[in-house]
Amino acid sequence: MSTDTQNSDRLIIAGKEYGSRLLVGTGKYKDMDETASAIAASGAEIVTVAVRRTNLGQNPGEPNILDVLPPDRYTILPNTAGCYDAETAVRTCRLARELLDGHKLVKLEVLGDEKTLFPDVIATLKAAEILVKDGFDVMVYTNDDPIVARELEAIGCIAVMPLAAPIGSGLGIRNPLNILTIVENAKVPVLVDAGVGTASDAAEAMELGCDGVLMNTAIAAARDPVLMASAMRKAIEAGREAFRAGRMPAKRFASASSPIEGLFF
Amino acid sequence: MNITLNGEPKEIAESTRLSDLVETLALAGQRFAIEVNAELVPRSRFAEHRLAPNDRIEIIQAVGGG
Repeated sequence: MSTDTQNSDRLIIAGKEYGSRLLVGTGKYKDMDETASAIAASGAEIVTVAVRRTNLGQNPGEPNILDVLPPDRYTILPNTAGCYDAETAVRTCRLARELLDGHKLVKLEVLGDEKTLFPDVIATLKAAEILVKDGFDVMVYTNDDPIVARELEAIGCIAVMPLAAPIGSGLGIRNPLNILTIVENAKVPVLVDAGVGTASDAAEAMELGCDGVLMNTAIAAARDPVLMASAMRKAIEAGREAFRAGRMPAKRFASASSPIEGLFF
Repeated sequence: MNITLNGEPKEIAESTRLSDLVETLALAGQRFAIEVNAELVPRSRFAEHRLAPNDRIEIIQAVGGG
């Protein structure tokens, strides 16, 4: 592929262009050094962070995640992880906006259940509506349900992020046909968020036509997170190129690759 | 007077301003945001915001997360 074609195939989120279609979380790493090395190897330009109580001298000298991943180098995507109702999710986004000097981009997730961490879709729709009215650019975590994805887009979310499988499960894409339907219906970017386990899962998401993939545990819980981050970067690129190239039709029976003509025996 | 700071009880002087509390906690130079009784208080209002007894204050920051 020529460099020109590569440069024109950019992910656009809230009007900003990105060269990388891999978005990564920053949780579950051994320490800040490992976080920084893995994220550098992933090539990600958008990184998620959570919003929690500040360290009031309990751990003096502990570096903050934003020292390791400075907002002038990375697009910080604050999430509402841990929120089980619309109200706390909205509060969390407002705090994040203040914390990041008016930054409007957020990842909304309203969870329904601790065992599955599946989204509470009703509360998610409610929170999305409030946040969009309040001027946020909302990237929204949702089920692999095309109807809900359509509603979230209609509300004004700037990206729809269906799960591949439960958060942190590494089960891969459980319902590729639903993901495909969501992609076909959507006019906003669709990113698979959660459930990816290994590089082939990430490539599959991209081959289905997703605009990107957001992952955390698949990298952080690998035996070698930095090497897995590099594998994921390549898988996302390979899957995207395969999608754009258009795969051959699958056939039941063989089709010889060498010519029949000119056989000498 | 008593307040609750990040879930822990804390004794502070009457009519302490939010900016005084931030100074006491040596938070200058860090990225944080503050809620008082579940309402965001913008940084620009720290100096004028006087705390009241039993206020629930949350000082939050960004942490690693997915």
